[in-house]
Amino acid sequence: MSAEPSSGAAGSPSDLRDFWRRFRANRLAVLGLAFMVALVVVAVLAPQIAPYGEAERSSVFRGPPSWDHPFGTDGIGRDVFSRVVLGSRVSLKIGALATAISLIIGVGFGGLAGFFGGWVDGLVMRITDIFLAIPYIVLAVAIASVFGRSQNAIIVVLGLTGWLAIARIVRSSFLSLKELEYVEAARALGFSNSRIMFKHILPNALQPIIVYGTIAVGVTILSEAALSFLGVGPQDPTPAWGLMIADGKGSLSNAPHLVLFPGLAISLTILSLQMIGDGLRDALDPKLR
Amino acid sequence: MAAIRVEQVNERYGLDDPLPVQFVNYWKRTIQWDLGESYLTGRSVNDILKDKAKNSIRLGIWAIIIEIIVGISVGVYSAIRRYSLIDKASTVTTAVASAIPVFVLGYILQYAFAVYPNKQGWPDWMRLRTSNIGPPGSGDGTWFLFFIPTGEQWRYLLLPAITLDSVSTALAARMTRGSMLEVLNADFMRTARAKGLDERHIVTRHGLRNAMLPVVTLIGIDFGTTIGAAVLTETVFSWPGLGSTIASAVSDRDLPVILGLTLVVVLVYSIVNLLVDVSYAWFDPRVRLGGGAK
Repeated sequence: MSAEPSSGAAGSPSDLRDFWRRFRANRLAVLGLAFMVALVVVAVLAPQIAPYGEAERSSVFRGPPSWDHPFGTDGIGRDVFSRVVLGSRVSLKIGALATAISLIIGVGFGGLAGFFGGWVDGLVMRITDIFLAIPYIVLAVAIASVFGRSQNAIIVVLGLTGWLAIARIVRSSFLSLKELEYVEAARALGFSNSRIMFKHILPNALQPIIVYGTIAVGVTILSEAALSFLGVGPQDPTPAWGLMIADGKGSLSNAPHLVLFPGLAISLTILSLQMIGDGLRDALDPKLR
Repeated sequence: MAAIRVEQVNERYGLDDPLPVQFVNYWKRTIQWDLGESYLTGRSVNDILKDKAKNSIRLGIWAIIIEIIVGISVGVYSAIRRYSLIDKASTVTTAVASAIPVFVLGYILQYAFAVYPNKQGWPDWMRLRTSNIGPPGSGDGTWFLFFIPTGEQWRYLLLPAITLDSVSTALAARMTRGSMLEVLNADFMRTARAKGLDERHIVTRHGLRNAMLPVVTLIGIDFGTTIGAAVLTETVFSWPGLGSTIASAVSDRDLPVILGLTLVVVLVYSIVNLLVDVSYAWFDPRVRLGGGAK
């Protein structure tokens, strides 16, 4: 790992240009990035793009794709295209916010564990062990079934269950970074622990956090879709992709588009985030390949 | 609801007691392996467990068999014939397979191999079945030696088994490829070649065994993913196992069933993890358990 002493990680413009050149070399990653940028634009402009409202009904039930309804209509006549477009907001919002919560908890706990070691480390690692002893979906389903079924509840549940891997990654980088000379120098200058942790060690531990954070957004969106599919996520008029699949599953034989289009949206989103994550990893640290 | 009825229910399940008392009572019962009874049907959770677990185990066994056979052989082949067409195809397939959510894949397979052929009226032998574990009334009779499907049964089993292990198989293939590539360049492989051993022997005896360690780890860790996938897969295919039971208990808010079955799943998962840890020593003699130093 290239830990440049306190000049900070990837700060100067030439570093950024260098990074972008390496990232661009990975075509799949660029493709993924393009898709995600497009998705964010769609999500921001969703109410303008969607020709119908999320709960607006037409008289065509389970209609196949047509000019009026490019993705067809669902069981009660709602336009699937509009709902998929509006659903991007739900997925991205939950994915981003839940990952943000995971990152805050994970970086906090992982940083404390790696920096202080000893019983703090032991405690944090045992907590992650206990959480990791429960299969993730089962854990999330069990907690979500207690916390209730709304977007906010899902954000909290996914945020509170998603920080384990991040904490472990941050812990291991802190463990190795705190032994370096520049940290010793900072200590000799009498800086406080929190200043050393946040100003000196954290900037140098950012690379794995960025890579894993990107992948974590994908994992979170996948989990959100799975929970919505199982009925513990946002409830009906909300156009969550997983929920739309659950709604459409009954009419697989006469209206497969009800499952296909939201399914495609989820799959492409997750695939893109994975490819971006891979690209970032290669571009940030070529030696890791 | 009549107030008197509410009182009866509270009485029956002890819902009036203070929470700490309820908590202690819960553990007293649980330690004696009394998992309570379903709020919805009144069936004891133990009964439900006995009924559903066997179907989950059957599905799980086949998923793991497919994962090991397909995942490892694809991975090994990709590593030996690196950059060949099959290697590239499998790299793309594994990337895509790990991005498609299991429930989406489940419906795609269900549509392509069961629903569509049915709609088109294709000959019967070309259609796979879904939505039920066997022809009505067949019960256990159609499973040979507990898990080997006979007669019609395999047509119900195939799609859920493939769906359940899709992600794991993709990961296993990727992992096997990576670790095999590393091993193929190792010094001891060159020594083996220098000794004049034939290539097949070198790859299987010297290469594969050394490449398997991370894969075993993965299959072990992955057991948790498989359990999570089972909840979704069983729901998609209406497979009457623990996963679909947990899922429907969640939507029915049937707390004793959720709690009881989750507890069992977590116990099994912990035991499997322990076994995986122990099996390292068998695969890799360099690992000594209980050595103290980490």
